[in-house]
Amino acid sequence: MFDVVVIGAGVIGGMIARELSKYNVKLCIIEKESDVAMGATRANSAIVHAGFDAKVGSMKAKMNVRGSEMMPRITKELGVKYKNNGSLVVGFESERAEVEAIYKRGVENGVKGLRIIEKDELHALEPNLNPELSCALLAETGAIVCPYELAIAAVGNAMDNGAELILDFEVASIEKNGDGYSIISSNGQTVNCRYIVNAAGLYSDDVAAMTGDGDFSVHPRRGEYMLIDKECGNFVSHTIFHTPTKMGKGILVSPTVDGNLLVGPTAVDIEDKTDTSTTREGFDTLFTRSLDNVSGISFNKTITSFCGLRAVGSTGDFIIKMNDRVVTLGGIESPGLSSAPAIAEYVEGLLNGEGALGDVKKDYDPIRRPAHYFTELSDEEKNEIIKKDGRYGRIVCRCERVTEGEIVEAIHQNPGARDVDGVKRRTRGGMGRCQGGFCSPTVVAILARELGVAFEDVTKFGKGSVINYGKTKGED
Amino acid sequence: MSICYKAEFVIIGGGPAGMSAAVAAYDAGIRDILILERDKGLGGILRQCIHNGFGLHKFGEELTGPEYAYRYEAQVLERGIPFKLNTMVLDITSDRKVTAINSEEGIFTVEAGAIILAMGCRERPKGALNIAGSRPSGIFTAGCAQKFVNIDGYMPGKKVVILGSGDIGLIMARRMTLEGAKVEAVCELMPYSGGLARNIEQCLNDFGIPLMLSHTVVEIHGKERVTGVTIAKVDERRRPIAGSEIYIECDTLLLSVGLIPENELTKSAGIELNRITSGAEVDQNRETEVDGIFACGNVLHVHDLVDYVSEEAEIAGKAAVEFIRGNTKKDINVKLTTDGRVRYTVPQRITAAEDVRVYFRVADVYRDAKVVVRDGDRVIYSKKKQKLAPGEMETVTVSADMIKVIESGTLSFSIEN
Repeated sequence: MFDVVVIGAGVIGGMIARELSKYNVKLCIIEKESDVAMGATRANSAIVHAGFDAKVGSMKAKMNVRGSEMMPRITKELGVKYKNNGSLVVGFESERAEVEAIYKRGVENGVKGLRIIEKDELHALEPNLNPELSCALLAETGAIVCPYELAIAAVGNAMDNGAELILDFEVASIEKNGDGYSIISSNGQTVNCRYIVNAAGLYSDDVAAMTGDGDFSVHPRRGEYMLIDKECGNFVSHTIFHTPTKMGKGILVSPTVDGNLLVGPTAVDIEDKTDTSTTREGFDTLFTRSLDNVSGISFNKTITSFCGLRAVGSTGDFIIKMNDRVVTLGGIESPGLSSAPAIAEYVEGLLNGEGALGDVKKDYDPIRRPAHYFTELSDEEKNEIIKKDGRYGRIVCRCERVTEGEIVEAIHQNPGARDVDGVKRRTRGGMGRCQGGFCSPTVVAILARELGVAFEDVTKFGKGSVINYGKTKGED
Repeated sequence: MSICYKAEFVIIGGGPAGMSAAVAAYDAGIRDILILERDKGLGGILRQCIHNGFGLHKFGEELTGPEYAYRYEAQVLERGIPFKLNTMVLDITSDRKVTAINSEEGIFTVEAGAIILAMGCRERPKGALNIAGSRPSGIFTAGCAQKFVNIDGYMPGKKVVILGSGDIGLIMARRMTLEGAKVEAVCELMPYSGGLARNIEQCLNDFGIPLMLSHTVVEIHGKERVTGVTIAKVDERRRPIAGSEIYIECDTLLLSVGLIPENELTKSAGIELNRITSGAEVDQNRETEVDGIFACGNVLHVHDLVDYVSEEAEIAGKAAVEFIRGNTKKDINVKLTTDGRVRYTVPQRITAAEDVRVYFRVADVYRDAKVVVRDGDRVIYSKKKQKLAPGEMETVTVSADMIKVIESGTLSFSIEN
């Protein structure tokens, strides 16, 4: 019997679990995929928004502004890369009124460090902008962070503080019994608990229907992106948005914390909650619409393209409510990542209000050191580590310079990597310009060895994502 | 404190280029050599190229990749040339300081009298192609699949479509077939193959594998593992033609869509790359714009035959010895230019009047065309060729006598009817 079960190990579920792991509660995170951070968290714009977009007084506005303020501390505690690069909402002369309206809304939302800048200053700040752009809103608090890195770190820190993680647990039904709930998975596992936190992202409406809170719906909105080689990482230094439309914030161009250039997203409403395929139309949209903001992106240096699904709620705002010992989080689309720390704090407050959490643990440790901390060290510090463990002197991923030591650590630290993509998200191994062409066989071999499984049983991302079918003819 | 070595001659990469350069330098009298190799053995990519066809030019016989590599490895061992394995070079500077890492010494530096860049190349990944669809397991570069099959002994696919008809793609079509997989088709975006004619014959035609020219993969299907691909015909501008789509059921897509010289270290030394070759620009000694830093093999430009790699590396190895001894003469400066039909030449400049074998590749397939070399308007070389193709490297030897009398300061290479 758990005190609290968090459904969904994305950045929202992960941050909530971390917050709750401070307390003396029996805590469990359940996730339908074979790794954490596999839904909307895996593929989005990786932006910590300043908070000027959302409607004044909305939950989105409140959570975003607070979350953005909390983010530097949270990322520092979790050893997650965070860069306060600032953002620009750029506009043509015809869009000046809109830029000014956003400025006004930002001020009303309580965003600090907002300023409208004019053409000369704008183009001096960002020389690769479309020369026609005439003004911009500069948001000094805008920042970038890696969303899956944050979610992995948050879940890991919650686990380090005693939380349990159950993967491959897809919620099929929820039964109310006495003073708690039984959550039953599609393969017949049962988890019992007193409180539920529904952070199921795109599926939060389905889960809410099971707990009797199904008065909203969530639909997927496709967002396609292109990630461009580090060679182009300095193409812009700020995150460049265009004045937004009702479908979202338009095609942004931004550096990433890892030094690449990100272009996207498109915004197309679709039906299928599992359809993360990219489209030719999407690519064309990115090629043409990014020109509103910048000129001369080297799309031929694209190293990968991907698609994420935003969890768009039917109310237009974040839905965060508590009924009958169930906290429901619905429609956590953008600015969900920016809001995650504030949402976690808010949910903590809801549960505390009902006395669900009890005392704070004496040994709670908010600090987590990620597997790839090694890359950040000085040569002298690295040599100290290599002397103790030679695996840190063996580079496996040559493009991102990831060592065997880091990969082994990512497999064994919470939440451990179980497949090739899991290693990639935790260490960046295979995420560079050759996209794993050289290192993936070595990563497979390391996973097989460390997990004690057969080489052919190592997958790309769990379930049916087989890499090798078996041995060649000559091998028995 | 990290270790700091000194070596007269540092070679980055222990593949065919690095080993040939080392042997040539040793035989020219230099002993203080150090080869730095990131893999666990010498040989480079040849370690996984277990097919035959190597060494016809160099040794007059058909060897497998590992056999070819071993011919050089044996020479390295015989001579006692020092090398470090599992050692990755992290950085080089223009004053020839090399920083590397391995398990035994940690991060260490080597101050080098001369450096040879011999890091080879990597395969172009899927990202650059912008293929629509899902991102399941089962998409590999041909070389990655080759490693799984030939080194690890595992089968990464049963029903295969190959995009790109580069040599590794062709070789893997045969290899996967021999291991029991069904290769449904090889699609090539261009109207001709980028691979060697003999590989099309021996790897596709002999096994009845269709080569679909002017075709590309437009969509990948499958959530967990690839379940199929949609291919389409492309027009002259290489855009897919609507209505020409065909769905092919398969569990694997192999990519053989080009090789890119691996020049991150070259750039760290401040050496500019040529836009066409993606390698450094060099003179006839394979010396880059930075004194004492030489480049050879696939890091300089992608070769079709390893025999040419060895040849080029010997030139670089010997020249590096002359550099170390202070004998390098640079008394002229002739630029080699191209007309676009000749895509590039190596070397790109000539700095001394000596016989120079110029390697080049063409941009398209040309039949019954002439290779012409001019000094200004004056034709100094002209030779008719039955067929010139982008997949096959060509050579022209320019003699010392011809170079001595060059007046315009440039040698222009062109293909003419």
